[in-house]
Amino acid sequence: MTRQQMNKIAVGVITAVAALVVIPTVLVIVYIFVQGIGAISWEFLTQPPTNGMTEGGIMPALLGTVYLTFGTAIVSMPLAIGAAIYLAEYAGDTWLTRMVRLAIVNLAGIPSIVYGLFGLGAFVLTMRLGTSIIAGSLTLGIMTLPVVISTAEEALLAVPERFRVTSYSLGATRWQTIWHQVLPQALPGILTGVILGLGRAAGETAPLLFTVAAFYLPDLPKSIFDQTMALPYHLYVISTQVPNMPLDIQYGTALVLLMIVLALTLVATIVRTRMRRRREW
Amino acid sequence: MTVHTAVKPKIAVRNVSFTYEDGTRALKNITLDIPPNEIFVLFGPSRAGKTTLLRLFNRLSDLIEGARHEGDVLFNDKSVFDEDVEIASLRRRISMVFALPTPLPGSIWDNLTYGLKLAGVRNEAVLEERVTESLQQAALWDEVKDRLNSSASALSGGQQQRLCLARSLALRPEVILLDNPTSGLDPLSTGIVEDSLAELKQQYTIVMVPHSVQQAARIADRAAFLLDGELIEVGDGGELFTNPKDQRTEDYVTGRFG
Repeated sequence: MTRQQMNKIAVGVITAVAALVVIPTVLVIVYIFVQGIGAISWEFLTQPPTNGMTEGGIMPALLGTVYLTFGTAIVSMPLAIGAAIYLAEYAGDTWLTRMVRLAIVNLAGIPSIVYGLFGLGAFVLTMRLGTSIIAGSLTLGIMTLPVVISTAEEALLAVPERFRVTSYSLGATRWQTIWHQVLPQALPGILTGVILGLGRAAGETAPLLFTVAAFYLPDLPKSIFDQTMALPYHLYVISTQVPNMPLDIQYGTALVLLMIVLALTLVATIVRTRMRRRREW
Repeated sequence: MTVHTAVKPKIAVRNVSFTYEDGTRALKNITLDIPPNEIFVLFGPSRAGKTTLLRLFNRLSDLIEGARHEGDVLFNDKSVFDEDVEIASLRRRISMVFALPTPLPGSIWDNLTYGLKLAGVRNEAVLEERVTESLQQAALWDEVKDRLNSSASALSGGQQQRLCLARSLALRPEVILLDNPTSGLDPLSTGIVEDSLAELKQQYTIVMVPHSVQQAARIADRAAFLLDGELIEVGDGGELFTNPKDQRTEDYVTGRFG
């Protein structure tokens, strides 16, 4: 066998392996879609579950997930962007920044159930927020910090140095330079990170267990201090805790959750590519 | 080695050395006077320390982490390193144009008013006056007067560089630092920029790192030849290029190395 043939085979094998990665993703999406699409209807999306959750819709859970996603964004965005600005623009390589980076890496590796327990201890009990939307949002917000901080820092560092130097040379202070030049240019990247983080938060179950999620609560929450149902937890409940649960409702719920997460990822991708095309460097 | 001029220097460099974090000495005990209202050219081969010296004048050198300097730079007789010097305002008075034209994102108007707005100028009439004035000085007015609100990055390379010059001029600085401002420009644009500079020295002090020895000889009222961080020779533009005193200067201007 010649070297050229060997090369061709190697390229072929590697391409095939890369293509294999797509298969599980497609399979999951297609399978859930086919199984769940029958259950989707306007009523399914706008009615609360009835008859021991074996009939009716998923509206309270859907709305709860929307609330929690917003809450997570409100918690994590200022913290993450602030931390990223500090790391990328202010801090050099000091023991403090090394500690912060180490903390971020470790935060990313913590199992989500541990976040749930942490939320229970810190927010629900110690801060006396009770099981509530705010406790859940804080927990999910902290959980999304690593991904949002890392992408935001990357986006800030990707802004070419010459824009900073130019700004300084025109009499801008460091903060003015960050505010007027660096942040606007890094915004698409930062938003991408935020949305990806939210996509993950929207699909999480374990952090909600003790901090916010209600087993069955047809009434909608009236304030951020109320409990709410949430889609991932609802899915868990109807898949494992409710006897004689119709399969199509389970798959329908899974489909809605999957669509929310995919939609967020899609939005992130679109934001990123559009802004990249418009970018001047 | 100081050339004593009758007028008070605008910028006086006194025994300046500059060392990067890795220990490289980019400048070695430089002393020179830059008189007002002239084009002062700093030339020499790459790694001579020209840009480093230029960036010390408005303390852009502060951005270089781990570097340190010795000696002093006096601007109007006052050290730029004094504690009470407000760096932002120093950089408005000693403004800089870089080799790579860098329009900030936004319109031509946004670019020209950026520094002014940061300095607290809000009055539209004043902004408009400065924009018009600076674009005229940079010989760009006729080309862009009808599209001040269009994107600055849509301009050609030559126009972008004149925009950057105008952006500095809008601040009405006392000194303009130009770090190889014509490096990416075609001969025509280079000519336009050089002509504007010759006009501008009536009002400003200009310190420039030139693109080539030829350019240096064309525009310099006074020139300093740097080599490996050392100041070899300072002299009148005419004198230095035709009748250099130091052998190394002669070798460089006649193209024997560099």
